[in-house]
Amino acid sequence: MLASLSRRAILAIYAVIIIVPLTVVAFGSFKTTQELFAGPFSLPHSLSTDNFTEVVGGQNLGSSFMNSVIVTGISVPLTLFLASLAGYAVSRLKGFMSWAIFGFLVLGMAIPAQANMVPLYVLFGRLGLLDNLGGLILANVVSTLPIAVFILGGFMRTLPKELYEASSIDGSGPWKTYSSIALPLSAPSIAAAAIFLFVIHWNELLYPLLFIQTPGNRTLPLALLSFQGEFQTNYPLLFAGVILASLPVVVAYVFLQRYFVAGITAGASKG
Amino acid sequence: MSIHPGTAAERKAPGSHTPANPAKARRRSPTRVNPALYLFPLPAVAVVAFFLVMPTLQAFQYAITDWNGFSAAFNYVGLDNFIRAFTKDSLFTNALTNNLKFVLLVVIAQTLFSLILALLLTRNSRGSILLRALFFFPTILSSVSVAFIWKFIYDPNFGLANSVLRTVGVDGGAYLGNDAQALYWVAVTQVWFHSGQMMVVYIAGLQAIPRELYEAAEMDGANKWQQFKSITWPFVAPATSIVVAYTTVQSFKAFDLILGIAGNPPKSSLDILSTRIYSTFANSEFGYAAAQSIIFMAMIALVTWLQRRLLRLTPKGD
Repeated sequence: MLASLSRRAILAIYAVIIIVPLTVVAFGSFKTTQELFAGPFSLPHSLSTDNFTEVVGGQNLGSSFMNSVIVTGISVPLTLFLASLAGYAVSRLKGFMSWAIFGFLVLGMAIPAQANMVPLYVLFGRLGLLDNLGGLILANVVSTLPIAVFILGGFMRTLPKELYEASSIDGSGPWKTYSSIALPLSAPSIAAAAIFLFVIHWNELLYPLLFIQTPGNRTLPLALLSFQGEFQTNYPLLFAGVILASLPVVVAYVFLQRYFVAGITAGASKG
Repeated sequence: MSIHPGTAAERKAPGSHTPANPAKARRRSPTRVNPALYLFPLPAVAVVAFFLVMPTLQAFQYAITDWNGFSAAFNYVGLDNFIRAFTKDSLFTNALTNNLKFVLLVVIAQTLFSLILALLLTRNSRGSILLRALFFFPTILSSVSVAFIWKFIYDPNFGLANSVLRTVGVDGGAYLGNDAQALYWVAVTQVWFHSGQMMVVYIAGLQAIPRELYEAAEMDGANKWQQFKSITWPFVAPATSIVVAYTTVQSFKAFDLILGIAGNPPKSSLDILSTRIYSTFANSEFGYAAAQSIIFMAMIALVTWLQRRLLRLTPKGD
């Protein structure tokens, strides 16, 4: 009885610690600064969208949103494509080559982004990839390929070999077997990896901070970070920015909650 | 290439056997790989080699120079950068100390807390499932968003924490404004941010424990603590090593959260290795920044290795 009471108490307190700040942020994004400071918990007087219009129009958040959509929209499928090709080959090759390719690709998980940022910055400078969305996409793909190969390759290895053999006997080449057997059967792990990558790429901050100079080329997290300096205590404006930056991930989470957990945990338990 | 008739795919299929001579085919199959298969990993290998491995190796080269990133001329200075970091640069040693303190705090707090949450939510009741989804939620937000939310909570004048405390008649603190405490408050934020994710890893581990073990233990008269010690803990040991290892790397790289909550560059009480490397880089000391990044990588490797050794002492479930 006592145990169940304290169990409930702990859970309730932590639920409050999560819900209250999020609610305050959601309400606050419709308030003026004075209104927020007067009563952080009160409902907003009016559903004034001034803060949103200001962050979208005045602060370039609109173009940053589009940049984030472009960068994430290309980075995620591209990473999945390259990783699934590699994962497929690893699952079909045998012996040393399979081990060597997998090992080489997966070894990259041990390299933190800060470790090679200086040489990467120099290399991108030489290739004309600085201040350029293409550069961001490339950096995103490279930094997450190792773990994507790990997740997809690991899954593809568990697929029954007989299916591949049957496909071969039917006269399919490796490409046909990859696209018509391996890919569809790997759908669960591809979905998990896709969500994992979506969260990472959508929220990526270091690479934009390193590579992007022009405000028009900023992605959302970078644009949001620049608010920090400009609007120190204009919390309603910061909150409107937070809401806009989080919206796509939150909407996806509400509908695909189970897959998010599977995806991000696949990243955690295999990273 | 073609030695005997039959499609390429048919020949290289692992373990496939032609009806005519199964034994022979099986023996040959390892070497009979369709060469086209080697094209598949090629783009990934090329991209990783060129944009990940090569820059990392180059970092070692930059680290022994005094290059500023712009001029064509630079000198090889041997280990000077490394010596400077540990003996002459208080900003760096400060960031290193902060970082180790932060990692230690977060790893201990987050591991314990996520285990407690997992223990409380193992049952698959509707309430549990709903709470799991709620507790996991912060993980999907961007670090900058989480930083802004907590900047507001900690704001000494208008912030959420102090408004709550005021209503019960207590004077709040300065939180991030207090240099002696600032790092602890960011650690709290980090735990709020990622405990839900680690909780899910633990739940997966807990749900693999056979119910019968507890029933048997109960019949033997074991109390809850004895049950935890001799059944639950050994079974969650593998999950613990995952949680600890992942939390370590995650908190070493709390770069985004620190920049968001403390500004760029952060004040010295919140400076950690990754933000220090970034400041050094932004200051055009490319050679020195590269040296710091190698120390950073070595630190992560060292701490991870140490944990592996220590965690091996705990009993394993398998």
